[in-house]
Amino acid sequence: MSFLEIQDRAKRKWSELERGSKPRILVGTATCGRSAGAMEVLEAFEEELRKRNIDAVVMQVGCVGLCFLEPIVDIIKPGKPRICYGEVTPEIVSELVRDYLVEDNPRPDLALGTVGEGMLEGIPRFFDLPMLKSQVRIVLRNCGSLDPEDIDQYIVCGGYSGIARALEISPEEVIEEIKKSGLRGRGGAGFPTWLKWQFCNKAPGEEKYLVCNADEGDPGAFMNRSVLEGDPHAVLEGMLIAAYATGATHGYIYCRAEYPLALKRLDIAMRKMKEYGLLGENILGTGFNFDLKIKEGAGAFVCGEETALMASIEGKRGMPRPRPPFPAQAGIWGKPTNINNVETIATVAAIMQKGAGWYAQYGTEKSKGTKTFALAGKVKRTGLIEVPLGITLREIVYDIGGGIADDREFKAVQTGGPSGGCLSAEQLDLPVDYETLAQAGSIMGSGGMIVADENTCIVDFTRFFLTFTQAESCGKCVPCRVGTRQMLDILDRITRGEGREEDIDKLYQLAETVRDGSLCALGGTAPNPVLTTLRYFLDEYEAHIKQKRCPALVCKELISYYIDPDKCQGCMICARNCPVEAIRGGKRMVHIIDQEKCIKCGNCLDVCPPRFGAVRKVSGEKFEVPDEPTPVVSAK
Amino acid sequence: MGSELSGVLVPFQGEKGTLIPILQAVQAKFGYLPEEAVFEVARFLDMPASEIYGVATFYSQFRFTPPGKHTVKVCLGTACYVRGGAQIMEAIETELGIKAGETTPDMQFGLERVACFGCCALAPVIVIDDTVYSKMTPGKAKEIISSYK
Repeated sequence: MSFLEIQDRAKRKWSELERGSKPRILVGTATCGRSAGAMEVLEAFEEELRKRNIDAVVMQVGCVGLCFLEPIVDIIKPGKPRICYGEVTPEIVSELVRDYLVEDNPRPDLALGTVGEGMLEGIPRFFDLPMLKSQVRIVLRNCGSLDPEDIDQYIVCGGYSGIARALEISPEEVIEEIKKSGLRGRGGAGFPTWLKWQFCNKAPGEEKYLVCNADEGDPGAFMNRSVLEGDPHAVLEGMLIAAYATGATHGYIYCRAEYPLALKRLDIAMRKMKEYGLLGENILGTGFNFDLKIKEGAGAFVCGEETALMASIEGKRGMPRPRPPFPAQAGIWGKPTNINNVETIATVAAIMQKGAGWYAQYGTEKSKGTKTFALAGKVKRTGLIEVPLGITLREIVYDIGGGIADDREFKAVQTGGPSGGCLSAEQLDLPVDYETLAQAGSIMGSGGMIVADENTCIVDFTRFFLTFTQAESCGKCVPCRVGTRQMLDILDRITRGEGREEDIDKLYQLAETVRDGSLCALGGTAPNPVLTTLRYFLDEYEAHIKQKRCPALVCKELISYYIDPDKCQGCMICARNCPVEAIRGGKRMVHIIDQEKCIKCGNCLDVCPPRFGAVRKVSGEKFEVPDEPTPVVSAK
Repeated sequence: MGSELSGVLVPFQGEKGTLIPILQAVQAKFGYLPEEAVFEVARFLDMPASEIYGVATFYSQFRFTPPGKHTVKVCLGTACYVRGGAQIMEAIETELGIKAGETTPDMQFGLERVACFGCCALAPVIVIDDTVYSKMTPGKAKEIISSYK
């Protein structure tokens, strides 16, 4: 079947559905939706529709990115605009079915917004909502709108027209198109995609490999998961285009085992592609052959590094090796290999569908297009976002993220995961692009963006990253293996209040040694969290080292709990909840914490009734309390 | 074990780079990599068992002792960490009386730490068997664990 025939068939099927009289219900059932109860919501809809004998189409879709409002449901009644509802529960399901499907009340009180054409009174437009307004959705264009298990829906939305167009021109012309788009590697390093492709295209040899790196290992990053779960065909179409341009005959998707739903959806999508003649031999009747396999990662962060990833695909320990030879010269099984990240590949499909000029209108001079970020941590609106490059960190944190949760103070934004850096409030107006973030000491990275507030201790936060990189260092290069351990030991002792004056210099020395003496990017970037926090938050290190004080009140060895004698009402709740019986005082007696016995679990602070608020957590200050329990003065 | 394993191994016959998928299939069958199975795989692939152990121990997915009936995974990714994942881990360790990486003596619960599930926006999360629980607090985590007892 030709592509036009495939497209026609898909369009006919779709218009039947659109013209039909059945309402459509779209439930977001990506992993994030599921953990918020989307499957229960899905069941509730099916149950409610059966009970009321309503004939409707219930579809599972991917994640639209508003994770903080999950579970998210869209309802499309024939002749009405599509309405999106958030924080849906099984109870809300029965209300929506009764009020909107049976009656005609769209329940504006529950609606987030209308999607697409048409408006309804009292309901804003979905993409005008503050968290969506400054977003530009290219990679995430279909996430939350399409059934990822239905290839025809993807085709109706322009899917596979990118590969169809690519197959009409030469591989070199495809590379030229990607060059014009300005696309750079979205895995984090920002290497021009077209140039990488050209290396592989020009490498001699009949047998070449293409790898999609879906080993999204950065803790705090879930961009690739969402795309794989919500729009797997975009990634697969991008792989076909990349394979055609580079001359690859075989491909692998290297996806981490922690993403079972992504793996399942890829598998379903690939079967459909084969059925449609979009994978295997003689693709779309053009003589182009490409064979694709899924490889499940086995849990090693370093396998995100391309030479380690290739070793892992070959069934070996995933340890990096020196370059050159570069993968384009000698990669998997010694054959020329091209490796791209999921987001890069999904973007390629959009560029070939809509043209390089269209894509290049977004972004900055040197960083074209859009980038997805997993916005998490202490912002009000967490989720998956896609923004044009050049947007400022402030716009992301405040306009899209809604600012800091519980109206606390912003402290830091961390980009690039364990390889990236922590930027402070002073850097909030920096534009997000490859060069600016690198100058600030961080990296664009794959898209993790974690916001920390005043309750996050920067030294402890840094220690967290080092714990991760230290554990994940493969051990091949001594500076990385030993150096990360040494840095971690120093950070450990600073957080324990045993920091020494010379520790800061030592951290600098070690950071430089690890950075310069490691073969791969894991070691090369592992010191970034240390270097950026020393640069922007030196005062917090000094408070720990010189004053033995943790300003964020996090480091256990540096904090103490006291009971304020002026506020304690002698209710005994704290004493009863203390696991080590460190609190003395009877009924109507001011309680006292025995500092020797206290294990600083914080239970007393949690259980003290808010109307008393008598438990104080302090660091570096002494609080005056009586030696023995004294009677509560009731006038207070 | 030989006959039990042959069904797992046969589909991989004649393919390149199959060691990791084979070990994943073996672990899917037994829940861990029993020593006899590793030797069986060594014979099948005609490679030293030491090399197989070299690969298996490199990856955190593989385990060499039987798992508990329920596997409790606590996410300690960045987002979960910032939102108190470490306290969740502490609470579960206290509740089960074991440390991360251990199994309760009655083999009911195994406890693992995971670097990230990708549910960062709903942090902190734990996963018990295949169910994800989001927006945890130490109290909620203890309750959920108890419901599996």
